[in-house]
Amino acid sequence: MQIVPRNAQGTLIFDISGDIDLAHSPAMRKVLLGEIKEKRTPKVLLNLKNVRYIDSSGIASLVEGLKASRDSGGRLILFGLSPSVREVMELSRLQKIFEIYDSEEQALAS
Amino acid sequence: MRAPKSQKKHNRQETRPYAELLLRLDLESNPEALCMVRATVQRATEVVRFPEPESRAIVRSVDEALANVIRHAYKNRPGMPIVMICRKLFGDKEKKNVRGLEVIIEDSGIAVDPKKLQGRPLEEIRPGGLGLHFMKQSMDVVEFRRNNGKNLLRMVKYLAPSRPEEKPEGE
Repeated sequence: MQIVPRNAQGTLIFDISGDIDLAHSPAMRKVLLGEIKEKRTPKVLLNLKNVRYIDSSGIASLVEGLKASRDSGGRLILFGLSPSVREVMELSRLQKIFEIYDSEEQALAS
Repeated sequence: MRAPKSQKKHNRQETRPYAELLLRLDLESNPEALCMVRATVQRATEVVRFPEPESRAIVRSVDEALANVIRHAYKNRPGMPIVMICRKLFGDKEKKNVRGLEVIIEDSGIAVDPKKLQGRPLEEIRPGGLGLHFMKQSMDVVEFRRNNGKNLLRMVKYLAPSRPEEKPEGE
């Protein structure tokens, strides 16, 4: 898994690629919580277009990030979900809990 | 009309299909190995000719089961033994009508508490507890038992019966 930060129109985006599984979700959790809880970044976008696989530990890390962002009055937004990530979101019935957009443009404009 | 899912499962469990070993993996409790196991199981599902959605569901279930062993049975301790066996199930002696895939995962970790194997209500928005939900939702059989100091997990996914026009010629 790779997680690469970039800035677009003043908004922080993490481009995530590869598999978010038990081996890699702790790294993603650390990056997310560091950004949301410690740096208090108000709006964080996650680009999941190139995520091939996500397991329940990856979903749990996203939920933790979402809770932290809500606690600090910020937003954690997902976009570009691959079919496999979308499937797991639906299985866990979390697709309505997260802010999810199809494209980066839509997520930035939100 | 389709029979209720629970009824279908009950009927299936009554049959004792013939089985053929497809794969045996001797693993260690290393999360880095999970990506290789997923790739291997995915190929095993292709051998049994599962359609893609079912294949993804089986791979996800095996991955979640192994992650649970590493996290809960072995408390993230590396280098501990896990054995995974995949068997192809047949409906009859002549090995016609492939019925499915059986996966058995064995570990020597802490005994699984059956009370903790209920999953959690999905309405609760909190991290954790989803792995077992994925397994139960995806597989036709999910059984845990403790035997000789080992945890044994048996999961089965059955192939949907093929339509008459999909049967190979000569059958």
